[in-house]
Amino acid sequence: MSTTPMVLQLALQRANFHLAINITVPPQGVTVLFGPSGSGKTTALRCIAGLERASGRIAIGDEVWQDDQRQIFVPTWQRELGFVFQEASLFEHLDVRRNLEFGLNRLRIERQAARLALDAAIDLLGIGSLLDRSTVNLSGGEKQRVAIARALVTQPRILLLDEPLASLDLARRKEILPWLERLHRELRIPVIYVTHSLDELARLADHVVMLDQGRVSTSGNLQAICTHPIMAAAAGDEAGVVIESTIQRIDREFHLAEVGCGNGALWVRDGGVPADAPIRVRILARDVSLATSAQGSSTIQNVISGVIESITDEAHASQALVTVRCGEAILLSRVTHRALAALQLHTGSPVWCQVKSAALID
Amino acid sequence: MTPSADSGAAILLTLQLAAITTLFLLLLATPLAWWLARTSSRWRGVIIALITLPLVLPPTVLGFYILLTLGPDGWIGNLTQSLGLGLLSFSFTGLVIGSVFFSLPFAVYPILYAFEMLGRRPLEVAATLRAKPLDAFFSVALPLAKPGLLTASVLIFAHTVGEFGVVLMIGGDIPGETRVIATQIFGYVEAMEYEAAHRLAALMVAFSFVMLMALTRLRRRAGAALP
Repeated sequence: MSTTPMVLQLALQRANFHLAINITVPPQGVTVLFGPSGSGKTTALRCIAGLERASGRIAIGDEVWQDDQRQIFVPTWQRELGFVFQEASLFEHLDVRRNLEFGLNRLRIERQAARLALDAAIDLLGIGSLLDRSTVNLSGGEKQRVAIARALVTQPRILLLDEPLASLDLARRKEILPWLERLHRELRIPVIYVTHSLDELARLADHVVMLDQGRVSTSGNLQAICTHPIMAAAAGDEAGVVIESTIQRIDREFHLAEVGCGNGALWVRDGGVPADAPIRVRILARDVSLATSAQGSSTIQNVISGVIESITDEAHASQALVTVRCGEAILLSRVTHRALAALQLHTGSPVWCQVKSAALID
Repeated sequence: MTPSADSGAAILLTLQLAAITTLFLLLLATPLAWWLARTSSRWRGVIIALITLPLVLPPTVLGFYILLTLGPDGWIGNLTQSLGLGLLSFSFTGLVIGSVFFSLPFAVYPILYAFEMLGRRPLEVAATLRAKPLDAFFSVALPLAKPGLLTASVLIFAHTVGEFGVVLMIGGDIPGETRVIATQIFGYVEAMEYEAAHRLAALMVAFSFVMLMALTRLRRRAGAALP
């Protein structure tokens, strides 16, 4: 397990594009490079892999992959990394097993260790039944799982994923997401995940680096980023927070599960996740309204008390984004300035957050 | 010799010439096509034009210049003579050299097309899976370009079997040494042996047809849709 972070300093000047980023990737967990298309996230990832060359410095722990000052540039094939491309890019002239063994055969490790690495990757991605299949008639989701396993077999120090779900339709995405979430829980190496999907960000990110026009606009852990005004602006209608929690109890009669959330709790749809399992709940700002008292009779049953931490203006002059601290959790609420004025709400006011809908996503 | 013995010798020589030419051209055209597919050199256009020349020039023009080069006053002729190899004009080796030039575009184009269709992605994937560039070429690029290599092989072979002008210019028409099917047919016609000429000519038509049919089949099996 690596304990030292990856250092990235990249600068690249192209005709219509300028990349200049300087980030540190934590040694564990999933770091999401998030941004609109053209923001340079894929280019940055390809530079890390040595598939493209920017000027700067790339080091993972004590291993230097690029350092222009010392004239070091390690070619891709000598970098201990796993790379998963947007389309699965399996070798069509090889079956699944030989795709998986491609990287393995090029490692200098003992047969026993190779066997273990192969079995571990096959098991982690659940592709044991596909081994003897041709790559041509696999589904998009299966191909991508094989591609991820193929990258992991080489026992990389870091796994790089370039929008691995972007080329899949919704059904295929749903099929592969649980496997990515499993990767997130069980993988002991750092992962850099490039995406422009908020859903994938909410499900998989531990850390987030937001890119805009080749520059880092903000970065931090998932919770901090979700409530950041830049993220809220970028997310627009989808702005919201992700609560990492566990299921406290399950109501069998009404098929609901109770999830701890700061100093309160939320009832969400029971999706069959056992109690005490770590889960994530995504709560969108547009689904949270604010009240000055815990109203008794309403169909909204999820009510959590908190204190207004900040109020920011939104793109449209009528709208405000309110950050509410509820114990350890923070919720976002999108309301109108008119409503805030009518209820005389301002920073420091105690409020009740009425959560209209909360979705279990992990 | 009887007409059929003449035909037999010519057929055998033709097949030998085609097989050797195919082998040499694959070895020559594959690295050349690989370079052309990946280079951004300004020489690329010049090289492609040179490779394409045999397609548009009359075979006699090509044969004429190769003959001069191989002959006693040409630079290859000088070289071979100083090496004690004698002259290659009017020899089987000379025929092979002429055929290689004559069929060069038929070798390079299908392979180049296959490499270009491949794109950079499979090689990038190979690099991220620890394959060195040469390793990636042999383990990924070459197997994936198989339909192109197959097409090139069949086209070179069939084209060499069917050549006439170049052969006549470089090889003359020496029985057992440079007399191939095409020149043999010409010889029969000159000698008014129409029946022998007809038999050999019909054989050529049938052979060419079968080769092209086989190509379609092989390519379909190799998973290629386009010609």
